[in-house]
Amino acid sequence: MKSNLPPPYRYLRPETVSLLRSKELFTRAVQQPTRGAYAEAVLELGEKNPLVVVLDADVSKSVGTNKFAARFPERAFNFGIAEQNMMAAAAGMATTGLVPYVTTYAVFASMRALDQVRNSIHYPRLNVKIAASHSGITPGPDGVTHQGQEDLSIMRAIAYSTVIAPADPATTKLAVWAAAEWAGPVYLSFTRDPVPVLFDADYPFEIGKAVTLREGKDAAIIAIRDLVAQALVAAEALAARGLDVRVIDCHTLKPLDVDTILAVAGETGAIVTAENNIRFGGLGSAVAELLAEHHPIPMRIIGVGNTFTESGPYLDLIEKYGLSANHIVKAVEEVVARKSSARRQK
Amino acid sequence: MKSSQAPMSIQELKVMAATIRCDIIEMITTANAGHPGGSLSAADIVTALYFRVMQIDPKNPAWPDRDRFILSKGHACPVWYAALAERGFFDKSHLATLRKLNSILQGHPDMRKTPGIDMTTGSLGHGLSVGVGMALSGKLRKKLYDVWVVIGDGETQEGSIWEAAMAASKWKLDNLTAIVDRNRLQNDACVVDVMPIEPLADKWIAFGWKVVEIDGHNMEEVVQSLEASRADKGAPTMIIAHTVKGKGVSYMENVVEWHGKAPCKEEAECALEEIRRCACEI
Repeated sequence: MKSNLPPPYRYLRPETVSLLRSKELFTRAVQQPTRGAYAEAVLELGEKNPLVVVLDADVSKSVGTNKFAARFPERAFNFGIAEQNMMAAAAGMATTGLVPYVTTYAVFASMRALDQVRNSIHYPRLNVKIAASHSGITPGPDGVTHQGQEDLSIMRAIAYSTVIAPADPATTKLAVWAAAEWAGPVYLSFTRDPVPVLFDADYPFEIGKAVTLREGKDAAIIAIRDLVAQALVAAEALAARGLDVRVIDCHTLKPLDVDTILAVAGETGAIVTAENNIRFGGLGSAVAELLAEHHPIPMRIIGVGNTFTESGPYLDLIEKYGLSANHIVKAVEEVVARKSSARRQK
Repeated sequence: MKSSQAPMSIQELKVMAATIRCDIIEMITTANAGHPGGSLSAADIVTALYFRVMQIDPKNPAWPDRDRFILSKGHACPVWYAALAERGFFDKSHLATLRKLNSILQGHPDMRKTPGIDMTTGSLGHGLSVGVGMALSGKLRKKLYDVWVVIGDGETQEGSIWEAAMAASKWKLDNLTAIVDRNRLQNDACVVDVMPIEPLADKWIAFGWKVVEIDGHNMEEVVQSLEASRADKGAPTMIIAHTVKGKGVSYMENVVEWHGKAPCKEEAECALEEIRRCACEI
């Protein structure tokens, strides 16, 4: 599909670009939680593949998988509030050739049932898809117990894991379908709160391939999940200040797209990572590990600090806890300054 | 039974159980590590399943319609490895490689390394849930296979066991049978002292299971209860098999320390001599 987007943007809907330019992305864009897009995608998957089953733990109404249960009652299994049993049962199903999509919240998928996720799913590399809503601090008002602010870090630490966190509803569907084709466990991380619909139908989703959404040479923002939208807003603000900043949607945290990130490091010389996730062990850590060994350059990590957050509206929390476009802008200016001063010293 | 081997008689099963007990002692002695007590207590149950009850094909371990077996108390895997080797899933020479580098026989069962292992286990409390998943899949796809899960009595202290108990009952998984190896000891001490689990039968009955209690070393009772469970419809079955930890080796029997300790060479000789002597009297 040929895009007629104005440069430097790629793969965004024309409306997204207009709203970025008019600074109205979070007030006027069509918004949907990515959990809802997951529910729609898995329903479509159920139509195509009779081996797809959906497992729930009493949050099917919240996530929307109750629609799958209504359409395919014999292939929907509600395990009640018992995530550990659900996760290991999914492993058992996968040994027989079924393709289970296990649906729960990130805190339960990545922590309550982590032992099952590690030992019964990842160690034997069984074909289980773990669909986690309420990732990061995207369930703003629910507060800390329901905010999965560590799920990316925890899941990344497990051997053989594949970890995907799509940025908008459109790419969520692509991610769910791609996961179905991927042999082995996949962890899919979704938002509870609505995020803007960003992407057009030409978005080239491929597991493990980061996507450049905005060209730029002064610095790059590598973002994941809901912070991709913040990164785009930040880049637009930086453009107004004379900085030409690249934006990368790193939807697959693991396997990390090493080639793209090293190329970005070489071409821009300054990187800011942005994740709605604890700073320890997530996207920032993954990129820092890569750059430290292969291409050290000025870098900043935007993520939740050494704290739990609190209840509040999603966008207010993002602002208060240092994850918003405003914070990304400051971080980019800082790495660009460090890059310039390093060059002057040479 | 799909394989060429005919189902064994009770007499033959008793002899095979003695052979498997010898394999267990030899494996753990050679490895100089492992869990003899819980392997020996489950030996008669596992023998009955692999040599009489289960629909399996050692030449085709991935046969989609096979019965599934899960040793949820994965630390007792020497009994599983011995049964698989004696049944022809892999060569017996592998038994001497238990727990060694590059072995197909890991310290706890690994389905990707060992032919015939239907599920990786080791972290207690997972296996019954995995069995629930396999049984649900069997129901959904109208398969005739049965799923057999051996759990430890100490393992029933894990909360997830009871999550699985509820689920198996909700979905009326009569293709699922759990056998608890009720040997009354666990790693630290007696189960009753660490964390009491009685009244065990009443608990499973309350959770909606059919419950039978047997002497887990009486081969007639073991076979009869397993075959009855296969025929039974409408609900999952729990077989509470009263066993003796370390069964067959008198100095190991009912001694907590033999949960996870290898015998020395002399102790092993003595154990093998006793098991063989008893086998001659069968």
